Amino acid sequence: MRVELSGGQILVECLKAEGVEAVFGYPGGAVLHIYDALFQQETVKHVLVRHEQGAVHMADGYARATGKPGVVLVTSGPGATNAVTGIATAYMDSIPMVVITGQVPTHLIGNDAFQEVDNVGITRPCVKHNFLVKNVNELAQTMKKAFYIATTGRPGPVVVDIPKDVVDPSVLVPFTYPETVALRSYHPTVKGHTGQIRKAIDLIVNAERPMVYTGGGVVLGRAAEQLTQFVRLLNYPITNTLMGLGAYPASDRQFLGMLGMHGTYEANMAMHHCDVLIAIGARFDDRVTGNLAKFCPTAKIIHVDIDPASISKNVIVDVPIVGSVKSVLEDMLPLIADAGGAKQPEALAAWWKQIEQWRAMRCLDFKTNGEIIKPQYVVQKLWEITQGDAYVTSDVGQHQMWAAQYYGFDKPNRWINSGGLGTMGFGLPAALGVKYAYPDEEVVCVTGEGSIQMCIQELSTALQYHLPVKVVSLNNRYLGMVRQWQEFFYSGRYAMSYMEALPDFVKLAESYGHVGMRIEKASDVEGALREAFALKDRLVFMDFQTDPTENVFPMVPAGAGLNEMILV
Amino acid sequence: MRHIISILMENEAGALSRVAGLFSARGYNIESLCVAPTHDATLSRMTLVTHGDDQIIEQIIKQLNKLIDVVKVQDMVDAPHIERELMLIKVQAVETSREEVYRLAEIFRGQIIDVSESSYTIQMIGPGHKLDAFLAALGSIPVVEIVRSGALGIARGPRGMAVPEA
Repeated sequence: MRVELSGGQILVECLKAEGVEAVFGYPGGAVLHIYDALFQQETVKHVLVRHEQGAVHMADGYARATGKPGVVLVTSGPGATNAVTGIATAYMDSIPMVVITGQVPTHLIGNDAFQEVDNVGITRPCVKHNFLVKNVNELAQTMKKAFYIATTGRPGPVVVDIPKDVVDPSVLVPFTYPETVALRSYHPTVKGHTGQIRKAIDLIVNAERPMVYTGGGVVLGRAAEQLTQFVRLLNYPITNTLMGLGAYPASDRQFLGMLGMHGTYEANMAMHHCDVLIAIGARFDDRVTGNLAKFCPTAKIIHVDIDPASISKNVIVDVPIVGSVKSVLEDMLPLIADAGGAKQPEALAAWWKQIEQWRAMRCLDFKTNGEIIKPQYVVQKLWEITQGDAYVTSDVGQHQMWAAQYYGFDKPNRWINSGGLGTMGFGLPAALGVKYAYPDEEVVCVTGEGSIQMCIQELSTALQYHLPVKVVSLNNRYLGMVRQWQEFFYSGRYAMSYMEALPDFVKLAESYGHVGMRIEKASDVEGALREAFALKDRLVFMDFQTDPTENVFPMVPAGAGLNEMILV
Repeated sequence: MRHIISILMENEAGALSRVAGLFSARGYNIESLCVAPTHDATLSRMTLVTHGDDQIIEQIIKQLNKLIDVVKVQDMVDAPHIERELMLIKVQAVETSREEVYRLAEIFRGQIIDVSESSYTIQMIGPGHKLDAFLAALGSIPVVEIVRSGALGIARGPRGMAVPEA
């Protein structure tokens, strides 16, 4: 039987067909028809945010934790422009997401109508793809394509811009949700080239000073298990990028910590001195490589990535393999076993000896100072109290680096941060998105007093939808990372990095209906954390007054090679 | 090095701006860009002339392929090909220069397509360097206006650029 539905109803049916549990959004004139259709059903839930940027970050946190696409619904004009920061954040980190934006009716497009903006034009550089739906008969097919594009290949956000008349409730058209989708111009490569894989295996098993370097692609590609098998089978050292943390257990001996600008001494030194670099689902970002001219000077490089454009973009590699990391690793495992594993045991033993010497530098040790709260100490205690098993989101800056360095992630999808775009304001809404997906899990937002104020209004959303996350604010009264750079590279001229007139965060949390705590002494840190986590059903905002002059170490200054770190 | 890149793309609104946006966002240069429908109404063919070393051209081709609307990309310079560009040029033609312009147009196999008492408009087709050579040959004769189409390219031989098999 053919069903006749309005555009708004069709949209909702599409979301149901895609298994969408919830939409994060904010209503407005151009999307009223859609909201009316949403209102008249109960399958697809809606989370009302306080600012559209928050909606996109929530959907983003939801997507990063679950692996399912996040879905956003915002109105035209300012609704869409407010969403852009969130969309760009998701784009830079390849997060699957479908963002539905309202648009003025088709006959008004281009007329400078009220709340009109060229959504497709504005979002074009920061989406995987976008659509303007001009005819209700194309809506279902477009939604199918949007979800397909967002979730396959290298994932990313897709914007679907829908003019108001396309979802007019008085226009009914036949509806069937397409079962398949065919795009002649889009065929992501999943399976790696056999010949290239064989070439890579030959280099891998014969390596004398191997190094495995993996990124967000392993997390997104759900290949942590295969990666762990691969690394253990070979007994090779491994480092993860900021985006890749958790893909390999941080507590394992073979894990050397994060690499890059604030990576560990052992990870960066092993990168610099390795003879075979095995890059998997990573993109040789400038924060990882340091000075390209000094990057891995003695290494043959193998690069596995699903996006051919990521290969040989910044660093020319010797063995490129285009394919999904999971599929390629699955192909590699039996070949390594057939080859009898690593073939240079003596060289490998010497390499590990060298690595252990680097590790013995204990580059992440920090000095405590009486009752002054060291931010690193807060993160260490947080790890202990949550037994290293919480979902941790962060904002951007020093606290983000400390969270990455001191919260050892043993599982993938647990560490959720804006790595590529570096978006302040990401942490709280992202945490709410995670908590929405996993109400029984501990979800913590590690933030600072600068970042938290960029999306603090979402404390209100947290109350409405009962999303009791824990906020760990490392409040040093500075925009800490800016201050650190000004100390090192601008002779201590602290231009605009000091935060005057901060709110009383305890009262602020309370006025939003939550619990606020202010912690001023190191000896109170553990007790406060225990007390906060004991309040299972409450959002607790912990305002830790931390050492204002603490810096993030190690640090590879801009323009330096990975072996040229500042250690203290 | 100069490359002529042919792109087959979905004939959709906004497809051109995706390509133009990609080039400006990533800082690639465009010497010329030419786009029109093909015999298949669902496809547009774009010819783009750009300069870059091998690494940049490789990135350009990969980034173009990454655009969802792009069906096929080919660097014409990889194989024997023909390049043609159309130029319409209006030149001052008075007294002695009238004869000179006429003669030069003949030599370069151009056609005079419009005449006024003080000007000739010449149509000329050829690879870009031929058109450049004509302009150089005009020497001091004043040019009123030039319109160039940008280069078009097509591979030699029987094979055409088509939608790849799925």
